[in-house]
Amino acid sequence: MATEEMEQLVRREYTQGFVTDIESDTVPPGLDESVIAFISEKKGEPEWMLQWRLDAYHQWLKMKEPSWAHLNYPPIDYQGISYYSAPKKPEDRPQSLDEVDPKLLETYEKLGIPLHERAALAGVAVDAVFDSVSVTTTFKEKLGEAGVIFCSISEAIREYPELIKKYLGTVVPQGDNFFAALNSAVFTDGSFVFVPEGVTCPMELSTYFRINAANTGQFERTLIICEKQAQVSYLEGCTAPQRDENQLHAAIVELVALEDAYIKYSTVQNWYPGDEDGKGGIYNFVTKRADCRGDRSKVSWTQVETGSAITWKYPSCLLRGKDSVGEFYSVAVTNGRQQADTGTKMIHIGEGTKSTIVSKGISAGNSEQSYRGLVKIGPRAKGARNFTQCDSLLIGDRSGAHTFPYQEIGNSTATVEHEATTSKIGEDQLFYCRQRGISEEDAVNMIVNGFCKDVFQELPMEFAVEAEALLNVTLEGAVG
Amino acid sequence: MLEVKDLHVTVEGNEILKGLSLTVNAGEVHAIMGPNGSGKSTLSAVIAGKEDYEVTSGSITFEGRDVLEMEIEERAQAGLLLGFQYPVEIPGVKNIYLLKAALNAQRKARGENEIPAPEFMKLVREKLAFMKMDASFLQRAVNEGFSGGEKKRNEILQMLLLEPKLAMLDEIDSGLDIDAMKIVADGVNSLRSEERAVLMVTHYQRLLDYITPDYVHVLVDGRIAKSGDKSLALELESRGYEWVLEESAA
Repeated sequence: MATEEMEQLVRREYTQGFVTDIESDTVPPGLDESVIAFISEKKGEPEWMLQWRLDAYHQWLKMKEPSWAHLNYPPIDYQGISYYSAPKKPEDRPQSLDEVDPKLLETYEKLGIPLHERAALAGVAVDAVFDSVSVTTTFKEKLGEAGVIFCSISEAIREYPELIKKYLGTVVPQGDNFFAALNSAVFTDGSFVFVPEGVTCPMELSTYFRINAANTGQFERTLIICEKQAQVSYLEGCTAPQRDENQLHAAIVELVALEDAYIKYSTVQNWYPGDEDGKGGIYNFVTKRADCRGDRSKVSWTQVETGSAITWKYPSCLLRGKDSVGEFYSVAVTNGRQQADTGTKMIHIGEGTKSTIVSKGISAGNSEQSYRGLVKIGPRAKGARNFTQCDSLLIGDRSGAHTFPYQEIGNSTATVEHEATTSKIGEDQLFYCRQRGISEEDAVNMIVNGFCKDVFQELPMEFAVEAEALLNVTLEGAVG
Repeated sequence: MLEVKDLHVTVEGNEILKGLSLTVNAGEVHAIMGPNGSGKSTLSAVIAGKEDYEVTSGSITFEGRDVLEMEIEERAQAGLLLGFQYPVEIPGVKNIYLLKAALNAQRKARGENEIPAPEFMKLVREKLAFMKMDASFLQRAVNEGFSGGEKKRNEILQMLLLEPKLAMLDEIDSGLDIDAMKIVADGVNSLRSEERAVLMVTHYQRLLDYITPDYVHVLVDGRIAKSGDKSLALELESRGYEWVLEESAA
């Protein structure tokens, strides 16, 4: 591998407007074994990891991009994407915020993410992913005292190979789907969390993902493991500056919950949705899955999705342990030309497993949104229960909402309930509020936030406030 | 205060109001009566600014301002408030939140600061007590699961809090039992003052036993066919609307 040559070839500077001026090294567009080897070497990975990646790559070569989703986008040229970009870093990773490039912090500020404030005030440990390399991790000591490991996945591969070997790809296998295989081959960073037996993580963990370098696919990989009776709450928030080229994002999140463990995973996603014509937005193809391996384990997914041009995302739960519980609370807002096909899969395998799905979709402008949910009850899942509530709210008359609920019930003792509503944001509701003197915009916000309340109350407090604000910004000018 | 002149209104191509004129001065209570389909509710809806009602000619002015040029919320902020016949439900939005947002929107329009929370709570509790409503109303979603009577009381509660200059009440008596009717009427009567006017749309004379109007107008086929005082309402009750129809046709 002529790594150095390649590095020199591709070293380039940012010239465009709202892009942080941090030098990054990037491989030229295209994907082959040498690119994967480059990434693996860049990350200082052991040989077995490279083999794992190549194995995924070979599976990917034989796979076809899925076309079943209710989405419409031009073909993606996978050879036109650069698969590695990292901010140039000093010898060692910054040990504290003071050592972080102030320009990066400035960018976060611009995006409304006061990193240091947040970290200090909210007591949240932040593992910020900038482009593909984690540049800062805080509160590590406090977590260390509790025995919690919270680091980048690259670091985990180097430092905790046994845990990685034991769990990586066990929830989302390399060949699970087209995008998962791609991610497995080229993932560059993401977070790793390990909470040992009996430990409740002393703080909420948070990661901010951001896509910066032009034309660079972002392939995060996150792995969270809670051992017996362990608990963790993980917050993920995303935002990206304006771009002209569509940017592909294909992340994987794997959650493993052992006996009596509880993982709460909350997402506020606000990637660039594209301009009014839908040009330049992020393509978001994500595979998120939780494995409730242990008896009485519980995983709760809460997501607020407001960004991206294209969203393809189905956070799911494999309910294997006896009496394990899966929850999915989702608010998805689309405006302009955004398209979202999102939902969840609850796979009931163990006895007495329970799942709850609450999905709230809001479509405005010319956007299209689909809820796609699968509830599968296996033959051994005696007494399994599911409750699904799926509500769509339309704003204006050019947006669309679709619901695709699938149920596969293989057990006569199961109880499955499904409720679905589609309503247009009531002209009557708007009139009522405005007739009390409330402006149209405030009235829309009030009605929409009321519609989403069931989901917002599942979010950690500070996130809920953020989510409400985000919703209001997203729907600006949606009416009238 | 309110001046409606030769108002013509169409809804989905049908002309509902056909040259309606009406003057309401401060301090007055007007009752609009009439048979079903005569356009009673259309009048208050048009004044409030409901969409889908097309004003083809005529004018509405309120304190000298051209109401038809004002946005819905501007009309409310100017003091034109409508009590709905069928108040809508807004799931997930707490009643107290709507009340506070409405009050603050109106204060803001007047160039005042937002009301401090303790002051607001004191005010709301006072008005709640007056309407014989339980404090739990505040925490419930707007009108969601409210009984007919509760919804109507909630409308009047909003009026008491927002203190409109012209309170328009669209069939506020429909669906009320006698006890609720008395509470609602007490609420409306407490609004009466020299600076304020009330415009009630009602089908039945019954309400007027509790809220005595200064003027009663009979609306027939999109026009005011007859105006009088309280005795006109009593006459309508004993004789029905037929004779007014005949008189106006003649």
